Amino acid sequence: MSSRLSWFNVTSLVLGFAFLYIPILLLVLYSFNASRLVTVWAGFSTQWYVELWQNEQLIDAFWVTLRIAFLSSLVATVLGTLAAIALTRYGRFPGRTVFSGMTYAPLVMPEVITGLSLLLLFVAMGLERGFWTVTLAHITFTMCFVAVVVQSRLITFDRSLEEAALDLGCTPLKTFFVITLPLILPAVISGFMLAFTLSMDDLVIASFTTGPGATTLPMRIYSQVRMGVTPEINAICSILIGIVAVIVLAASLFAKRQEALRRREELAARG
Amino acid sequence: MARAGSTGRGRLLVIAIPYLWLLALFLVPFLIVVKISLSQDALAQPPYTPVFDLAQGWAGFKDFVSQLSLDNYGYVLGWDNGFVEAYGSSLVIASISTALLLLVGYPIAYAMARAPKGVQPALLMLVILPFWTSFLIRVYAWIGILSPEGFLNQGLMTLGLIDQPLELLNTDLAVYIGIVYSYLPFMVLPLYSALEKLDGTLLEAAQDLGCPPFKAFWSITFPLSLPGVAAGALLCFIPAVGEFVIPDLLGGSDTQMIGKSLWTEFTANRSWTASSAVAVLLLVVLVVPIVIYQNIQARQLEAGK
Repeated sequence: MSSRLSWFNVTSLVLGFAFLYIPILLLVLYSFNASRLVTVWAGFSTQWYVELWQNEQLIDAFWVTLRIAFLSSLVATVLGTLAAIALTRYGRFPGRTVFSGMTYAPLVMPEVITGLSLLLLFVAMGLERGFWTVTLAHITFTMCFVAVVVQSRLITFDRSLEEAALDLGCTPLKTFFVITLPLILPAVISGFMLAFTLSMDDLVIASFTTGPGATTLPMRIYSQVRMGVTPEINAICSILIGIVAVIVLAASLFAKRQEALRRREELAARG
Repeated sequence: MARAGSTGRGRLLVIAIPYLWLLALFLVPFLIVVKISLSQDALAQPPYTPVFDLAQGWAGFKDFVSQLSLDNYGYVLGWDNGFVEAYGSSLVIASISTALLLLVGYPIAYAMARAPKGVQPALLMLVILPFWTSFLIRVYAWIGILSPEGFLNQGLMTLGLIDQPLELLNTDLAVYIGIVYSYLPFMVLPLYSALEKLDGTLLEAAQDLGCPPFKAFWSITFPLSLPGVAAGALLCFIPAVGEFVIPDLLGGSDTQMIGKSLWTEFTANRSWTASSAVAVLLLVVLVVPIVIYQNIQARQLEAGK
């Protein structure tokens, strides 16, 4: 449904994007403010970034968060991809309804419930809470996002390639690595990135499931934000926004290149 | 399909690994929450009784069951304890926010779907991009805007529209703004994907037959976009009911939301059993919307074929 945009359409787009972006831009802009008063502009300065560099607590929290995010999103990508294959390729199997329910429910489940229930599980199991329990919790809720992203790709792509490979005597395992995985790779990568940012971002589930010695960055930011707005927080937020922007940009360029390559191969194959 | 699973073991593994994971870390924890909501607080580790002891066998199990009680539910549902109010006001705040999200998100999604095909991926990217930045950061950004000495009050005072700063932060209004801002991509994306699939010839036909554009919108476009409306509304409504960070940072002391009550019960009052009962009741409230959402999600993914 694409046609000429009316003035109403253009206005809604402009206002909508202004609403989405102005708060973030203000936040980044005022991280370079010389004044400690966050909302009064007193000239350009990078002093808050320098101070961040000396804040060891924050830097520690940043590394903990990064390690948890990397580890959990790696496992979540594998588990989520398996779940997506099970749901799209294997038709009906016993317990499928429960399985698909467990895959979609965490997407909307209030975080306080997920966090509390996982904490109670870890306590009942007698696990010591800390780095590993947060990682387990993050794998569990992010794998469902990966599953949905990969599933939507698996559903749309051409099955005849897989079938041809199997007909020609290729084993299912080899078919997966040679045919299926390269085709769904963009979805697997964006699933991984989604899991990574969700894990980096999570406050509530991590607060429930963590223990002494594993304070994540969102937990640190949160406890400082509760005391009020400070330029240091603006600075660390700006750094995080910068990292995310670079990753997303790189990924979209990668996706574009993959798409272009695929098109060229298709054209070449048709001769 | 049957052939893809010809090696039964591989197929079994692909299903079993994620299945068992979710069973152990998603379903079993819920059963534990239900169990603990029926237990009593204790000064022990873990801080509740009874503790189920497999070693005692059947007698132990009978003993265990006889010690369960509904006391926590009595406490949570008691009028004076503020939980019932919090459930009610969470539902109200989530409903109003969802309505506002529709009001703000629909025109954006509609304009995106009508934009030239070449521009649409870029617009889509622009909607998704803020979602990649931290949720906490986005809520934090609004504290700087809404606080008494914040950007909004400063701007309004510079323009001479107000003499004194308005009380914006720590109000319900701030909570609405926070929810609409943070959840907007979740509303716009399903709406866009419903509107984008719409057959333009229907509208042209209506126009040719003399139907005014506004009427054509209400009798053709809007009804056809209803699946997107339902998906977007549920995707926003369900998590908004249990929202904790936004009411905590932007809301006032009288903003009651059940996610916040659960958190307080857990961290400040340290009652694991009562917070479990709060969680079970929250899930009871949300189970119908969650099941509807799952059905829509499954149908959409399967219709994608």
